[in-house]
Amino acid sequence: MARVHFANVSKRYGDVAAVDDLSLEVADGELLVLLGPSGCGKTTALRMVAGLEEVTEGSLMIGDDLVNDVDPKDRDVAMVFQSYALYPHMSVAKNIEFPLRQRKIETAERKQRALEAATTLGLEDLMDRKPGQLSGGQRQRVALARAIVRDPRVFLMDEPLSNLDAKLRVQTRGDIVALQRRLGTTTLYVTHDQVEAMTMGHRIAVMQGGRLQQVAAPQDLYERPANTFVATFLGSPGMNLIPARRQGDELVTPSGSLVVPAELSGIAPGEVTLGARPESLSLGTEGLRATVSLVEMLGAETQVHCKLEGGTTLVVRQGHDQVRPDLGHSVLVSVDPSSLHAFDAATGDRIEGSQ
Amino acid sequence: MPATEQPTDVVRRRRPRARLVARYLLLTLGAVIVLFPVYMALVNSLLLPSQIAHQPPPLIPTNPQWHTYPDAWTGGHLGIYLRNSAVQTVIIVAGQLVTSILAAFAFAFLEFPLKKTLFIVFLMTLMIPFEVTVATNLTTVSSLGWFNSFPGLTLPFLATGFGVFLLRQAFLQIPRDLKEAAQLDGYGHLRFLWAVAIPLARPAIAALGVFSFLGAWNQYLWPLLVTGNDNSVRTVQIGLKQLLNTQLDQLNVSLAGTIIAIAPLIVLLVVFQKQLVRSLTAGAVK
Repeated sequence: MARVHFANVSKRYGDVAAVDDLSLEVADGELLVLLGPSGCGKTTALRMVAGLEEVTEGSLMIGDDLVNDVDPKDRDVAMVFQSYALYPHMSVAKNIEFPLRQRKIETAERKQRALEAATTLGLEDLMDRKPGQLSGGQRQRVALARAIVRDPRVFLMDEPLSNLDAKLRVQTRGDIVALQRRLGTTTLYVTHDQVEAMTMGHRIAVMQGGRLQQVAAPQDLYERPANTFVATFLGSPGMNLIPARRQGDELVTPSGSLVVPAELSGIAPGEVTLGARPESLSLGTEGLRATVSLVEMLGAETQVHCKLEGGTTLVVRQGHDQVRPDLGHSVLVSVDPSSLHAFDAATGDRIEGSQ
Repeated sequence: MPATEQPTDVVRRRRPRARLVARYLLLTLGAVIVLFPVYMALVNSLLLPSQIAHQPPPLIPTNPQWHTYPDAWTGGHLGIYLRNSAVQTVIIVAGQLVTSILAAFAFAFLEFPLKKTLFIVFLMTLMIPFEVTVATNLTTVSSLGWFNSFPGLTLPFLATGFGVFLLRQAFLQIPRDLKEAAQLDGYGHLRFLWAVAIPLARPAIAALGVFSFLGAWNQYLWPLLVTGNDNSVRTVQIGLKQLLNTQLDQLNVSLAGTIIAIAPLIVLLVVFQKQLVRSLTAGAVK
């Protein structure tokens, strides 16, 4: 087991920076999720740790070793691929044993360890099957078993759940977390699914355009997003952004004004972007004027999309027992002032002193 | 309306059957056209020389002359020629498999300068008929002093652009993830090739083996040029021609020799039929 440390790591293909000046530390035993939309550089960062991509700049450490120029096989990391990368011509047992064969481990011990790994993942009855005879969830578990069998210093997981159906994904999510907590192996987990990230990671590193946006514990990330990208990327739906201007004690929007709450008293006069989570908005008798453009009923809750004057759409989360407005009706959206966020209108960065 | 439904039902069922019958008729016709000469060779090899000239030729040997086979075997030295053919074929097949697998692996999995250009050069060798290079090859083999030897017989055929192309395509079907997973598990190129790539490309490799076997076994021009008058390395195809020349009045014996010479090919085709068909249709059905 070991920490993984990126120090100003970049990966460039010609002029394009897939990963740009990444500095990040994954603590020993931690499960850190790299989260971001496709093309944000998260998989490239993971592959650099594996040694499948070269580091263009900066230094990458695993434990106390600088691994920039270390061969993948000598890094002692195991990777679970999105496609699982199982060898189709080998049985489950052979697949799990595969990493041990190269390590001059005696046959008896090899079989024993493969069986232990398989048992951990409930595969002991499937040892003679070929991957083609397994369900998606079973294949996924074989891939995990193959990763844990050689007890590596670091697990790397590249969207391992994205090929599973929704129900199985939730279950496997829990299984992976339980396994990681039990083994205590440092894990770098890549996903574009923010629910996966929120539920699995000790911490989440959000990336966009090759750059690290923020790294924090899930709840901190949700409650104190560092910029508008993180604010809108996390949460389902993400945070509502409202363009506004501070004039004296008021925050003026095209649809009406709000009183500057005490928490936001530090923001300077002028343009500002306000942020509000759907659950801190409600439909009431005062607030911003809006027109209902969409009502989505999800069972336990209802999401009401309200269009402000000026074109901004807000999503309001309502309990199922609340009155549902009709489409096209005018409503007033009231904002809980204590949960309002403020971001710099030009850079999108969080204004400290807000919230 | 059961009364009207019934006939349409019958029509619906009959149509695919008619199509099936037509298909089988066509296939049977094709098979007859292909197999008829082989069958006639088999029949004629069992006739008396006088019967062969008879018009129309008999389709069934009423009085089979089985002795033509031992005659051909001893008279044509077929034992030694068959052995020579077998040795030559085994060397060529093994050589082609080894060089094609290694080259195809490089083209499919490795990155190196001029990879695309080199591959095109490999493909271009497919378009040059062997006859064009025969003179150069003869000079080379002669300068090496390899006339009348197995190295001379096999050297020009140890590598094949076709094989490289065929196996590269097969290797490209193997997901890159498998290579990377193996790399992380400590498998170098050759180990990965042996443990993963070759087993997964087995149908294509078997097909290449069969093709190169057929090609090597049926060679005529090159063995004729390099084996001269030396019986010790002469192959069966040259032996057959010799048999025909020496037994002008015994066409049945020559044909018996021909049947003996093609027997190994037929055995091979029957054994590898599945692999051969699978590799030829691979990609076509997917």
